[in-house]
Amino acid sequence: MEKEAGPDGAAMRLDDPWYEAPGGGRGEPDGAVALADRGRIRSGERQGPSAAEIYLEVQSSPAFREVRRRYRRFVVPAAAAFLLWYLAYVVAATTAHDLMARPVAGALNVAMLAGLGQFLTTFLLTWAYARHARLHRDRAALELRWETQEMTRGAGR
Amino acid sequence: MRGDHQTLALLLFSAFVAVTLGITTWVSRNRQGSAEEFYAGGRLFSPVENGFAIAGDYMSAASFLGISGLIALFGYDGMLYSVGFLVAWLVVLLLVAELVRNCGRFTLADVVAARMAERPVRTAVGTSSVTVSVLYLVAQMVGAGSLVALLLGGTSDTARSWTVVGVGALMVIYVSLGGMRATTWIQIVKAVLLMAGAVTLTVLVLVRFHGDVNALLVSAAERSGHGRDFLSPGLRYGGNWTARLDFVSLGLALVLGTAGLPHILSRFYTVPTARAARRSVIWSIGLIGSFYLMSVVLGFGAAAIVGSADVRASNASGNTAVPLLALDLGGGEGSTGGTVLFAVVAAIAFATILAVVAGITLASSASVAHDLYASFRRPGAKQRSEVGVARVAAAGIGVVAIALGLLAQNLNVAFLVGLAFAVAASANLPALLYSLFWRDFTTRGAVWAVYGGLIPAVLLVLLSPVVSGSPTSLFPGVDLALFPLENPGLVSIPAGFLAGWIGTVTSPEAPDPAKHAETEVRSLTGAGAA
Repeated sequence: MEKEAGPDGAAMRLDDPWYEAPGGGRGEPDGAVALADRGRIRSGERQGPSAAEIYLEVQSSPAFREVRRRYRRFVVPAAAAFLLWYLAYVVAATTAHDLMARPVAGALNVAMLAGLGQFLTTFLLTWAYARHARLHRDRAALELRWETQEMTRGAGR
Repeated sequence: MRGDHQTLALLLFSAFVAVTLGITTWVSRNRQGSAEEFYAGGRLFSPVENGFAIAGDYMSAASFLGISGLIALFGYDGMLYSVGFLVAWLVVLLLVAELVRNCGRFTLADVVAARMAERPVRTAVGTSSVTVSVLYLVAQMVGAGSLVALLLGGTSDTARSWTVVGVGALMVIYVSLGGMRATTWIQIVKAVLLMAGAVTLTVLVLVRFHGDVNALLVSAAERSGHGRDFLSPGLRYGGNWTARLDFVSLGLALVLGTAGLPHILSRFYTVPTARAARRSVIWSIGLIGSFYLMSVVLGFGAAAIVGSADVRASNASGNTAVPLLALDLGGGEGSTGGTVLFAVVAAIAFATILAVVAGITLASSASVAHDLYASFRRPGAKQRSEVGVARVAAAGIGVVAIALGLLAQNLNVAFLVGLAFAVAASANLPALLYSLFWRDFTTRGAVWAVYGGLIPAVLLVLLSPVVSGSPTSLFPGVDLALFPLENPGLVSIPAGFLAGWIGTVTSPEAPDPAKHAETEVRSLTGAGAA
């Protein structure tokens, strides 16, 4: 994170499109909406790809598709699993009273175990997601970020 | 005796107010007044700081007093709340936090409007964000009023009203003078206090039972008067099918609502990168999870040590369970330890309310100034500083919240919070998820998703037994209760998603692949992030 602080500072200094007088295009890669429009208008009168074309190009690049695939391959099954597990828990708590009240050990019953299990799976999934993102996604995403910003920086001028 | 509690609690609370006002002036000493500074604290908080601040924003007095109280009265069914409130953070972590940090600048509407025709989408999302915030705000104000009555023994209506006014005035000062930076520090101080209080009480409960959790549960079940049933679900939501469906509805709203709460989403903009946003969510999941585990111990501890009957005698909805527990753990009524612990718990509860109120006010003033004012401003009109508008908006929202808080003093707090979560889940979440993940999503789809969730949610509540038709409702005399459930989530959340889908497929405008590419690339890589 510290490593990103420097270049980030550069991105942060960019002007706020909210304050920008209309038409005062300074095509820096901020202000999503304004930028895409400006890029498109300008692409007719000057050389080089517009910002919209750059984003389309990055989107279809193998490097980006790999980052997206890694993100989705983790998040979609994980989100489906924890939502189903939570819904099953809520439905069981409201309908399957006898199952939930079955004693396991001492005062512990199935309901208590399931509730603590929800806490445990939440912590575990949090840890797994953070690890997956750190090992399989962060580096590639950061490289793409600088590349894209370099390309769009050229587009506006 | 009672006087000692009050004096000490008031002293501690004044100390908290003094410290937070000190923070506010110190922080606003050399601010430049830019939007970046006011809404996002310069985006320079560290993940740990932001993690504590998120936890501080999320753990309201309803969690601290309400959930433990519900567990003390209804046993296991109270625990269902804490599970829902925690699991909700997985939605935030996996699907929302990093992507929102990468795409947006200050508010939720930034993310949704980036791909769409700006004005209608900003208006829609801004409106629903303000609705959610005001509902949540009124709940906290009403809670503040009743807490004073409960904890300080001031049963008079004047004391209550002055508390609501005082809390409102303080929050306007924090927010309009200190902006996000002061608000964040207040949240951090409050989160540390809250965790320290919870840890102390939990340790004392466990020491009382010599670390034997089994003995704690057995004795809680015995003293509750329900026996073993106390430890399994069904005491509160086990009645007829309406009650059960109502709980499923609430559970759905809790788990999906958090990711649509404006004051939570705006916290991700206070850190420099998406990675920092992820790390702050991980910190907050750790804090919130351990806090709810402790509140389970405190709830069962209150049932075991104070007894469910005594808790109910003090306050019918169980809100005083933790203060009573603190009194007993400190040595009982009349002892120094008891007095001190009771006063500390009361002061923490006040601090909690004040901090949460400041966080929500800031988020809703951002929605008003950055989304609504920006889209309603006449083109060509003299441009005013957006931060100036936000400061005025904070004061205006403060006045509205004070007025509503005074009017709604007898409304059930849990219902208002549940409603805020339901509206957030039905109006904000579908628009947000669709715009992040659906290529063909269009402007009409976004606008329909927001109104298609917002309007059913509000209408169903107006037609529910909460408002009319039952002895406990707002207007017991009339009967307009066509909808049997108290929480609209079960119907309104699917309605929001469905409306967004229908709006998109019937939309005359073709989706713009370039803008989708831009959103997707930016959200996953952080290119061009503010």
